[in-house]
Amino acid sequence: MSNRIDLKFQELNKLNEKALITFITAGDPNIKTSYKIIEKMIAEGIDILEIGIPFSDPLAEGPSIEKANYRALNSGTTTDDVFKMVEKLRIIYDIPILLMLYVNLIYKYGVEKFIRKCVEAGIDGLIIPDLPIEEVEEIKLYARCNGIYIINLVAPTTKNDRLINIVKKSEGFIYCVSSLGVTGERKNITTDLADYFYRLKSLTDIPLALGFGLSNKKQINGLKGNWNGYIVGSAIVNIIAQYGIESPEYVGSFIKSLKD
Amino acid sequence: MMNKKFGEFGGQYVPETLMEALIEIENAFNKYIDDPLFKKELEKLYENVANRPSKLYFASEMTKDLGGAKIYLKREDLNYTGSHKINNVLGQMLLAKKMGKKRIICETGAGQHGVATATVAALFKMECQVFMGKEDIQRQALNVFRMELLGAKVTSVDSGTGTLKDAVSEAFRQWTREVDDTYYLMGSIVGPHPYPVMVREFQKIIGEEVKEQILLIEGKMPEAIVACVGGGSNAIGIFHNFIKDVNVKLFGIEAAGSGVDTDFHAATISKGSTGIFHGMKSKFLQDKYGKIMPVYSMSAGLDYPGIGPEHAYLSEIGRAQYIPVTDKEAVEAFEYLSQMEGIIPAIESAHAIYYAMNLAKQMDKDQIIVVNLSGRGDKDVNQVAKYKGVKINEQ
Repeated sequence: MSNRIDLKFQELNKLNEKALITFITAGDPNIKTSYKIIEKMIAEGIDILEIGIPFSDPLAEGPSIEKANYRALNSGTTTDDVFKMVEKLRIIYDIPILLMLYVNLIYKYGVEKFIRKCVEAGIDGLIIPDLPIEEVEEIKLYARCNGIYIINLVAPTTKNDRLINIVKKSEGFIYCVSSLGVTGERKNITTDLADYFYRLKSLTDIPLALGFGLSNKKQINGLKGNWNGYIVGSAIVNIIAQYGIESPEYVGSFIKSLKD
Repeated sequence: MMNKKFGEFGGQYVPETLMEALIEIENAFNKYIDDPLFKKELEKLYENVANRPSKLYFASEMTKDLGGAKIYLKREDLNYTGSHKINNVLGQMLLAKKMGKKRIICETGAGQHGVATATVAALFKMECQVFMGKEDIQRQALNVFRMELLGAKVTSVDSGTGTLKDAVSEAFRQWTREVDDTYYLMGSIVGPHPYPVMVREFQKIIGEEVKEQILLIEGKMPEAIVACVGGGSNAIGIFHNFIKDVNVKLFGIEAAGSGVDTDFHAATISKGSTGIFHGMKSKFLQDKYGKIMPVYSMSAGLDYPGIGPEHAYLSEIGRAQYIPVTDKEAVEAFEYLSQMEGIIPAIESAHAIYYAMNLAKQMDKDQIIVVNLSGRGDKDVNQVAKYKGVKINEQ
């Protein structure tokens, strides 16, 4: 069985288009609104959906997504609620869906049980920000035989010998962290993106998606490197923080502005 | 090459951005830890800055009063800056200097690690930023000013519960922003490899001295060693050199806050389960979904939802026992030691004292207990007064 992520990148590749991957924290401000936001984003043509499961201590996040985690937890959102939401989405939509979550949420849930739930719900891949390649095997053992991808991350600090190892073990796409620091909007990205891109491209044909600090069309258009996709998170989460249950319309307009 | 795991516990669960920095520290640590010159430099620092070796003090009055085993106190409270924390800070600061780092960040709970780091940073001419939970800043205002006096910048952490756990998270976040030139000086045997191993190696001097001292004084090994456990650095420091001596019982004392059957405690081994957080697999207080639970102890230094992976391992294999002691019991021991021996212990260490008081009574007069008196209690006087409802006019 082919993974939806692969199919999506193949399709985009033929059209010579880049993937727009968008992130929200599930349950921020509540699950019902999250569902509506997702429907809006899909209607506006996003390519891949990344859903965060809220965690009490999201240590790779900047203030925007950190607060989104707290709002989602305050609304009582659990891992099971997120699975239920994805099951409901899957009845209607065939878009690739990734879960973004901290490793303890998987570990405590039970790795085997968690992966089984992913299969049942129709999840295509997992992004686990605190699970480097050195520790991935414990979870990949179960994910691999169930067709669930673990999306590896690379950072500008990743040196070549580890980069080669990460790239070799990657599937779906590689999440390329744009710059040092936690998630969140940045005024400008100071990493030499052209060099970063070619360093990666020389090692692999797997699609490369750039994330962390991407917030508008103009900025994205100005970025160096022929990336296969862009991940936008905090900019959307900020809209949700501002408009709460009214945010689906506003997020929709924002996605539209990224696509135009 | 040091092992990254203690049984199934330990590991390196951190964002990719930090991985190379951990490898860099690990390589530097492996290079210097057996380097005779580095060792010599560290020994000098232990002696001249920390005031080591620390005394092994026979608590004669306490021993007489309890009528059981002989009680010895390892006086880490007499180290410069008032606790065992300086041992680790000297080791890591020296390493950071060898690595060419100019800037240090750290977390602190009670402020003891923060003060030790700020002190040594001043001496080493390093820029220093300390992350401290908002709650702890209120509980330990004097230590905040002390760190600032030493030239450190203290950053208040409002996120989460505003305690030690959040200070650690925020220090990690800051480190990801400036990982190129900054060294994260972790204060306990927690976090990703190599910290649990490295911090132990810089704290094991405590147990090495104890063994030498007790053999000199008593001509025999102690029957039991007792130390309080938050992350667990003072405990591992005194345990390490005795782990292979299986006849020496090891007791780690956890903070039971208002009681382990309430929602207000920090008894990680007694009530926690295996999880992965702050870079390590270990025991944590968490709900069934893996959300980290708020913890409570009147002691800011023990107020942490996890424990060092080596303790989780020692507990699992049954080599050490971990026992909860409440706020109330710790305050009782705080007053007892003050009045019995004229020693005001840190409220953290008072947890260990309380257990030793009970243990001594069950043991024979020719048996020996060594308690790690990990810190002095000046910082806690205000809080204990408050706990007892005594008003102190400060200004």
